[in-house]
Amino acid sequence: MSSDTVVKVENLSHQYGAGAGTFAALDAVDVQLEAGQVTALLGPNGAGKTTLIKLLLGLLPLQQGNISVLGCAPGSDRARQRTGVMLQASGVQDNLTVLELLRLFAVLYRHSQDIVALLQRLDLAALAEKRFQTLSGGQQQRVLLAIALCGDPQLLILDEPSTGMDPAARRSFWQVLRECRDQGRAILLCTHYMDEAEQLADNVLVMEQGRVLMHASAAAIRQRVPSQLIKLSTSLGDEHINRLQGVQSVMAVNGRMHIYCHRAENVLRELLAADPGASELEVGGADLETAFLALTKKPDNHLEQAA
Amino acid sequence: MNTTSNLQHHLRMQARFIESQWLNLLRTPAYTLPTLLFPIMFYSFFGLLLIPGQAQFLLCTFATFGCIGASLFAFGVGIATERAQGWLTLLRATPAPVSAVLAGKGFGAALFTAIVTLVMAMLAAQFGGVRMTTVQWSGLLLVMIAGSVPFAALGIGMGMSLSPNAAPAVLNLIYLPLGFMSGLWIPAHQLPGFMQAMANWLPPYHVAELALHVTGTKTGTPLLSLGILLTYTVLFIGFAAWAWRRADQHT
Repeated sequence: MSSDTVVKVENLSHQYGAGAGTFAALDAVDVQLEAGQVTALLGPNGAGKTTLIKLLLGLLPLQQGNISVLGCAPGSDRARQRTGVMLQASGVQDNLTVLELLRLFAVLYRHSQDIVALLQRLDLAALAEKRFQTLSGGQQQRVLLAIALCGDPQLLILDEPSTGMDPAARRSFWQVLRECRDQGRAILLCTHYMDEAEQLADNVLVMEQGRVLMHASAAAIRQRVPSQLIKLSTSLGDEHINRLQGVQSVMAVNGRMHIYCHRAENVLRELLAADPGASELEVGGADLETAFLALTKKPDNHLEQAA
Repeated sequence: MNTTSNLQHHLRMQARFIESQWLNLLRTPAYTLPTLLFPIMFYSFFGLLLIPGQAQFLLCTFATFGCIGASLFAFGVGIATERAQGWLTLLRATPAPVSAVLAGKGFGAALFTAIVTLVMAMLAAQFGGVRMTTVQWSGLLLVMIAGSVPFAALGIGMGMSLSPNAAPAVLNLIYLPLGFMSGLWIPAHQLPGFMQAMANWLPPYHVAELALHVTGTKTGTPLLSLGILLTYTVLFIGFAAWAWRRADQHT
C-alpha cells in the first residue's frame, strides 16, 4: 500500500441473511482510494454501494476480505478520528442549532477545524444560531457537510451529499469538494447525479449487483463504453438491432429505440437500409450518464480496471 | 496521546453530550410537558386534594412515578426516534463513545427527575404539611435519581427494539399500568389483596419503598427492596445490551 493510499479493500464480500434467504450484497470487491482524489461511486439501487460504505465505516462486521482505512481497521478509533462522514439518512437532533451541532461534533476529534472558519467557508455563518429543523433542505446538507469536515478528515465519505440543493448551492458545494481534494483529502462520493460525477470525479467506481463493473477515470470509462447514442423510432426489434455491427446495446425507451454504439454513421447506414421508414432520428454524444446506463445494462458485464 | 489528555478529551466529550442532550430534551415539548406536568398534576390531585393525610407517603410514590417516566421516555422514545433518524448511525461512524451518548441522555433525564421531585417537594411542604429534615429531603432526591437507572436501561432496550411511532404508545402501556399496579397512585396497602401481592414483585414499588424508608415515612431497612431493584437493574441492562447488539447487526 503506497503512502497515498487511504483506503484499500481486497476481495470484500458481504452477505445478509442466512440459509435459503441469503443475499450477497458484495462479491469479491477490490477498491483503492488515494489521497487528493475524488472517487465517484455509481450504481443502480441494490448495487451494494451502501453496504460498501457501511463496511468502510465499520458499521457492519467484516465477513470476508480485507479493509484498511488509513492503515487501520475500519471502525477503529484512529480511522474514525480521520474520517468525515455524510450519510444519506444522516439524522441529527434537529432542535439543536447549527453552532451547537458543530461544537458537539468538533469535540469528538483530537484535531478539529476552527468552527467559525468552517461556518464562513460553507456560507453558514448567518445560520449559526438557527435550529437545524428550521433550515431548508440545501442548508441542512451544508450543515451535514460541515459536520463531516469539522474533524479535519483525511478521508471523506459522502453519500448523496447534494440531495435537496438548488443548482447554485450544488456548484458552491462542488467548489468546496474541489478544495478538499486539493488539500489532499481522499473523497468517496456516492451520487446519482451524473453531472456531479462528471464535474468532480478523478475516478469512477461503477457497481452492480455487488460487483465492481469498472473502476477507472471518467475519461477512460467513456472510452471503453459506447461514445454515441442514436435515438429513433423504428419497426426493427431489439434483437435485429443488436446484431448490427458496432452496436453495443439497445434499450426501448418510451416507444423509441436508444442504441449505444461507437460509430453512429455505420450503424445508421445499416439501420436505414433495413428500415427506410425509421423516423424521429437523433444522434448525440454519450456522456457519463449514458456510459453508466450502457454499462449497467450490458448483458456480459465483467470486471475491468483502468490501464 | 497520554492518559491525562485522553481523560481530559473524554471529559470534554462527555460535557458536550450532556449539554446537547439537555438542550434536546428541553426543546422537545412532547417530552418536557408530560414528564414535568403529569406527575406534579397527579400528586397535586391525589396527594394533596383527594387522599387526606397521605401527602408524605404519596410524595414518595408520585416522585417515583415521575422519575420512571423521565427515564423511560428520554431513553425509550428518544433512542427509537434517533435510531430511525440515523442519528445513532452517524454517531457510530464518528469517534463518539457510546458511554458519552448514553451518559448525556442519563444526565438529562436525571435533571428532569430532580426538577419533578423538587417541585413536588415544595408543593408537599407548602400545601401538604410535609416536614422532613434536610437529610431526608436529600435522600429522597438521591433515591429518585438512582432509582431511575433500571428504567433507563429498560428504556434503552425498548428504544432499540421499537419504531418511533410505536415507542410512545408501547411505553405508555407499560408506564401507566405499572405505576398503578405498583401502588404509586393509590397506596399499595389500599389496593385489593391480589394487587398488593403483585406490587411486591414490581420494580417501581421497590423504588417507592426505598424513598419511603429514606424519608422516614416507613421504618426498618429495605434490604429486600434493594436486592430486588439490583436484580431488575441487571436484567434490564442485559436486555438493553442484547437489543443494542441486535440493532447493530441490522444496521
